[in-house]
Amino acid sequence: MSIHPEQTAASDPRLVRFGRYLADNPVIPLIAFLFFLISLLEVMRPGIVLPFLGGREGIISTFWVGNLIKFAIPLAMIAACQVLTMLTAGIDLSAGIVATCSAFVCATLMPLIGPVPAVLIAMAVGVVVGLVNGFGVGVVRVHPLIMTLGTGLIATGCLQVYQRFVIATGTEIPAFLEWLGTGRTFAMPNGLFLFIPFAIFIIWLMRATGFGRLLFALGSNEHAAKLSGVRSWQVFLALYALSGLIASVAGLLYLGMIRAPSLSLANPLMLPSVAAAVIGGTSIFGGRGSFAGAIVGALILRVIDTMLTLLQMPEGARIALFGLIILLVTALYVRITGTR
Amino acid sequence: MDEVQRESLLDASGIAKSFGAVKALSDASLHVARGEVVALMGANGAGKSTFVKILTGALRPDSGKVLIRGTEARVGSPAQARRSGLVPVYQEPSLIPDLDVADNLRLGDTPVDPCLNWVNDLGVDGLRLDHMIADLPLATLRILDLARALAAEPDVLLLDEMTAALPTDLVENVLRVVRAQADEGRGVIYISHRFTEISELCDSATVLRDGRSVGDLKIEPGVENRVVEMMLGAKIDLGARETGTARTNEGIPRIRARGLAVAPKVTDVSFDLYPGEVLGVVALEGQGQDEVFDVLAGFRKPTGGAFEVDGAPVSFGHPADAIAAGLTFVPGDRAEALLRERSVHENIALPFSARAGSWGPLKTRHERERVGHAIDKLQIDTRAKGEVQRLSGGNQQKVTIGRWLAHGVETLLLFDPTRGIDVRTKRQIYPLVRELADQGAAVLFYTSELEEVPLACDRAVVIFNGRVVDVIDAAEADEETLMRAAYGLTEDKAAS
Ligand SMILES: Nc1ncnc2c1ncn2[C@@H]1O[C@H](COP(=O)(O)OP(=O)(O)OP(=O)(O)O)[C@@H](O)[C@H]1O
Ligand SMILES: [Mg+2]
Repeated sequence: MSIHPEQTAASDPRLVRFGRYLADNPVIPLIAFLFFLISLLEVMRPGIVLPFLGGREGIISTFWVGNLIKFAIPLAMIAACQVLTMLTAGIDLSAGIVATCSAFVCATLMPLIGPVPAVLIAMAVGVVVGLVNGFGVGVVRVHPLIMTLGTGLIATGCLQVYQRFVIATGTEIPAFLEWLGTGRTFAMPNGLFLFIPFAIFIIWLMRATGFGRLLFALGSNEHAAKLSGVRSWQVFLALYALSGLIASVAGLLYLGMIRAPSLSLANPLMLPSVAAAVIGGTSIFGGRGSFAGAIVGALILRVIDTMLTLLQMPEGARIALFGLIILLVTALYVRITGTR
Repeated sequence: MDEVQRESLLDASGIAKSFGAVKALSDASLHVARGEVVALMGANGAGKSTFVKILTGALRPDSGKVLIRGTEARVGSPAQARRSGLVPVYQEPSLIPDLDVADNLRLGDTPVDPCLNWVNDLGVDGLRLDHMIADLPLATLRILDLARALAAEPDVLLLDEMTAALPTDLVENVLRVVRAQADEGRGVIYISHRFTEISELCDSATVLRDGRSVGDLKIEPGVENRVVEMMLGAKIDLGARETGTARTNEGIPRIRARGLAVAPKVTDVSFDLYPGEVLGVVALEGQGQDEVFDVLAGFRKPTGGAFEVDGAPVSFGHPADAIAAGLTFVPGDRAEALLRERSVHENIALPFSARAGSWGPLKTRHERERVGHAIDKLQIDTRAKGEVQRLSGGNQQKVTIGRWLAHGVETLLLFDPTRGIDVRTKRQIYPLVRELADQGAAVLFYTSELEEVPLACDRAVVIFNGRVVDVIDAAEADEETLMRAAYGLTEDKAAS
C-alpha cells in the first residue's frame, strides 16, 4: 500500500473549536447575548439604559441597572435550586411555593414572636419540605418531577389552612429584610450583600467540594457512583433539603422586596427559574451545569421581561411571547454549543 | 499485491481526522478484497475506532479518499454506508437500553428472523424479543450487535473489538461465523487485541501507529512479534511470564466463601482468597461468575451460603459496605463504571468523595498526586482528558482500573479488567497486579481470555454451571488444560 504525504487538516476545525470553547465556557456567549438584548432595549426606548444619550445625567443609568439586578436576584436564587437538582437529573418544582410559604410564615409570625424566630421558623419550613422531597426522591425513588410537584401542592394546601388560623394577627415584615430587599448602597441593591456571598458559596460547592462532585456524578451515571461507594439517598436528602433552604431564603428576600405577603407571592418565579437554569447551560438530563450561567440567564429573562412590558402587550400575549422567547433562546444556545 | 484478480471491496487512503487539538488519524489507509479478513491492529488510541467510524459514515474525515468496489464514494451517513454494503459493529454496544429487543431491531430496520437465527448460530440461547436491553449481559449484547450486522447481509463487515467481552466458547463461534462470511465472498475488517484470534481468523493485517498506517503484513506463524513491533515502534517480549514462584497460603484468608448460591444460576461456590494472592476465575459465558462478583461487591445478596472477610462473617447491603470492608470492584462493563461526560480526574477521584464524611472541600493536592500516580502507572492516554467519552476504548478501561489504584486496594475484584487493552499495557497490568498482591492485596481475577490466567494468577478456580469444579495451579496451566477445565471436563474430581 502506498504511503501518502501528510495532509494538513481541512478548514472547519476553527469553527468546531469555537463551538467547543463556547461549550466549555457557556457564560461568555450568554453575556454577549445579554448585552445584545440591552442594546436592543436601548433602541426600543432610547435613554432607558444610557440616559446620557437621552439628554439626562450620567452615562449609564445606575438606577436601571440596579433595578435589573434587584429583581434578578430572587430569580437567580431559585434558579440555584434548579441548577443543583438538575445536576442530578432532577428538578425542584416546589421551590417557588416553598419561597411563598416561607415569606408568608415569616410575615405572619413576626408580630407574634419577633423577627429572628420568625425568620428561623420560615427557613425551617423550607428545610422540612426539602427533606420530604429528598426522602421521596432518594429513598422511595419517586421521580423528582412528580415528587416536588406533589409536595408543592401539599404545601399550597397547608398554607391556605394556615392562613385561616393567622388571619387575625396581621402581617409585618422584619426591618432587615426590607433593608435587604429595597435598600440601595451606591445605587446598587442591598440584596447583593446576601447574593454575592451566596453565589460564591454555590459555585464553590459545585466546583470544589466532594458534595458538588457527587451531584455531577449522580446525574452522569448513578450506577457508577454506587459502584464507587456513594449512597445516593444521602446525597438526595441533603440536596433537596439545601434546595428547600435556598428557596425559603429567596422567598424571604422577595418578601422584603415586594413588602406584601400573599399566597402566591413567589410562584411566578417558578418557571422562569427553570428557564434561567436551562438558558444558563444546565442540562435537564443531569451531569452538566453552571450557576454563573444561571445568573446571566436570570438577567436575560429580566431584560426580556422589561422589553415585553415596554411593548405594552396584553398580559396573555406577554406570557405567551415570554414562553416562546425562552424556547428560542434555549434552542439557539443548544445549537451553538452542541450541548443539551 | 499478490492476488490481483480478487475484486477490491474497500480502499481507503490518506484518511485524516482531528478532534480539536487531538489528531486521531493523520494518514490511514486500508484495503479489503472479497473473501478477505483484514486485521486492523494498533495500540490503544492508535485510531482504529475512529477509522471504522469514518468508513461507516459515523464521522466525517478531514481529508482522504475512499473507494467502494473501485469507485470513489463519499460516505456521508451510517445509512448511506449501509446502502453501500458497509455494516459495522462498533466497540461500544449500540443498542438502546430502555427498549426491548424487538424495538431495537425495528429501529435498526433489522429483519427479525434472520437476526434471531444468527443469535442462535452464535451460541446464545433463550434470547426473547421482549427482553429489555438493559437487563441483558454484555456478552449477549455483543452477540446481538453482531447478529444485527449479519442480518443486514453486508458486503464488508467491520468488527471493532467485537470479542473483547466474550469468553472462549462464544469467541469460537464468532470466529467460525466470520470466517464463513469471508469464504462466501464478503470482506471483513477485524479489530482485536487478542493475537490468538488474529492468527486463527485473519489473512492479513494493517497496522496503525499514532493515527498513521505503518504497513501491511500477511498473517503467518511467527508474525506476532513483527506486528507488535510495528504497533509500538519497539520490541517487547510476548513470552515472558510475570507470575512469581508457587505460593504457600497460610493464616486467615481475606475472603472465605462457603457454598455461595445465587438463585438460579449459582449453586455452590466455595473458595479461599489469601492476602498476597492473585486468584484467577476461569469460566465460560454465564456460568455464574457475574453473580459471584456481584455478591462480593455488594450489589446483591446471596440466596444461600456465606462468606467471611478476614475471618468475620459479612453481609453487604450496598457496595459501600463492600468498600468499607476493603473489597473494591472493577466491573466487566465499563459503561457501568464511568461518568462519560466528566473528566478523567473526576472519574478516578470519585471514591474519595463517596462517604458523607468527605463531602467537604476537595483535598486537591492529595487527589492530584494519587490520580497522577494511577495515570502514570496505567499509561492512560490523556490527550482528551476533559471528557472520558472522548478517550479510546482501551483508555476508558484503564480509567476504571485507575480509580481503585488511586484509592488504594486491599481486596481487588477484577472482572475482565483488560478488556480492550492493548498488548503492551496488558504486559504492564499483570506485574502491576502482582505488585499489589506483593504489597498484601488479595486479588480475584476473572478473565474471558484464558491466556491471561498463567500470566497473571497464582491459582485459579474453575466455575462451571454455578459450581466451583476445580482449583488449578495457574503457573502450570496451559491453555488446553484451562479450556478443558472451563468446559467442565474435570468435573469428576471436584474441589473441596
Ligand atoms: N470525540 C473525540 N474527541 C476528542 N478526542 C477523541 C474523540 N474520539 C477519539 N478521540 C481521540 O482519538 C484518538 C484515537 O481514538 P480511537 O478510539 O480511534 O482509538 P483506538 O485505536 O480505537 O483505541 P482502543 O484500542 O483503545 O479502542 C484517541 O487519542 C482519542 O482520545
Ligand atoms: Mg477503539
